[in-house]
Amino acid sequence: MYSDKVMEHFRNPRNMGEILNADGVGTVGNPVCGDLMTMYIKVKDDRIEDIKFKTYGCGAAIATSSMTTELAKGKTLEEAMKITRASVADSLGGLPKVKMHCSNLAADALHSAIEDYREKNNK
Amino acid sequence: MNSKEASKICLDYSAGKPVDSRIIDKMLTYMKSSFGNPSSLHALGQEAKQALEKGREEVAKLVNAEEPETIIFTSGATESNNLAIKGVANRNRNQGTKILTSSVEHMSIVNPCKLMMRQGFQVVFLPVDNLGLLDLEKLENELDDNTTLVSIVYANGEIGTIQPIKEASKIVHEKKAYLHVDATAACGQIPIDVQDENIDLLTISSNDMYGPRGIGGLYIKKGTKIESVIQGGGQERGLRSGTENIAGIVGFAKAAEIAGNEMSHYSERMTKLRDDLIKGLIDPIPNAYLNGHPTRRLPDNVSVRYRFIEGESILLSLDIMGIFASSGSACASKTLQPSHVLLALGLQPEEAHGSLMLTLGRDNTQEDADKLKRVMPDIVKRLRDMSPLTPKELKS
Repeated sequence: MYSDKVMEHFRNPRNMGEILNADGVGTVGNPVCGDLMTMYIKVKDDRIEDIKFKTYGCGAAIATSSMTTELAKGKTLEEAMKITRASVADSLGGLPKVKMHCSNLAADALHSAIEDYREKNNK
Repeated sequence: MNSKEASKICLDYSAGKPVDSRIIDKMLTYMKSSFGNPSSLHALGQEAKQALEKGREEVAKLVNAEEPETIIFTSGATESNNLAIKGVANRNRNQGTKILTSSVEHMSIVNPCKLMMRQGFQVVFLPVDNLGLLDLEKLENELDDNTTLVSIVYANGEIGTIQPIKEASKIVHEKKAYLHVDATAACGQIPIDVQDENIDLLTISSNDMYGPRGIGGLYIKKGTKIESVIQGGGQERGLRSGTENIAGIVGFAKAAEIAGNEMSHYSERMTKLRDDLIKGLIDPIPNAYLNGHPTRRLPDNVSVRYRFIEGESILLSLDIMGIFASSGSACASKTLQPSHVLLALGLQPEEAHGSLMLTLGRDNTQEDADKLKRVMPDIVKRLRDMSPLTPKELKS
């Protein structure tokens, strides 16, 4: 059902965990639907210096979270805002059709974390 | 997979069972040499006819049907359920237009019932308690003179809870309605007696008792008013047209014979493994719970749930280790909805998402159970460490 790349990220998720004193935090999803994810970012000189995630959900939810952190790390905030659900799915070698909508929320969580950072810092 | 292929463990036998080799040998004859059509008058046809009637006898015997003619062969449990619901409801439409069923039925009952609703019938999905047992009082209250059919699952395969069929039957027959029982998951592992339990129609599955797929049966008590769903050449007393699947029927019959002979030993062994697994999957893990009834339960059914994590990711984690299981989580389903059966127990969607369903089979051993018990705490812990829902005290 899942690509090798999805399974690899599910097995060995990158950047899993929390950042205490994060500069921005974004949460999307709903446990009632079966998917909830939180992204934590540390920002330095307008770049994502560190990023971590926590995810409740299916294999696709966990793998997209992991992949999103990998894509976002080291990027400028502007670059990171350009990471989309589609680019995350592509980087994973595709996702099953039914998973594209409900479990592919990590990019949204990332954007929400960046917005949280910008709000806090009036940027 | 070969059922004992190195280190692979199937704990999802309700999804599909391997066919017993004693059965396959018998079936081959009816595909290769005795390939006749029972409707033909010549010797080749009559040989097939004989196998057909012998098959009917074996299946009838398993559920103690009053005579072999009460068994109608279908393409499987789904068709049997469709025939029971549509055939009885439509045939008795002049007597009434109300159907009662439970809220823990298989989709092959739920969806035909919904179709009947669109065709003007009233359908009531009766509630169950938090262990999955049918509310008999509600059944009695909802039964009225307009009710012609009540359909109750013998035991739902997702939660294993065995329904009080005999008690339900008394209530249903006081109002002179028909009782259909879907025994797909139950038949072959617990004794069923259609006469003693006073059941009017009973769905029986072949593959669920190690027979081939594509064949099943519907017991229809003599005198039951029912019409066909599939029309054609009038086979199966006009109730199920189409040339009989003789090889399938021979296989199904052999499966029924074996199930009858070996049931007590089989069920005893499954029950022991079941209880060992339930204990081992719940006791060492915090916030782990059993779904369904602890004792009124199918011998092969283990259904548990873990808070704060999601079922599909449990299944994937097990799959990586060569262990095959199932879940009632939305993400593991085609509809992206959590199992209606788990929700009927009163569980919240986020609780149902964390369910793990195991159905045991003949090839499972204590070593299989031990392996699962060994790996499960770490799988749950890893996913909980990842989950933002996990409370602090459960984190490492």
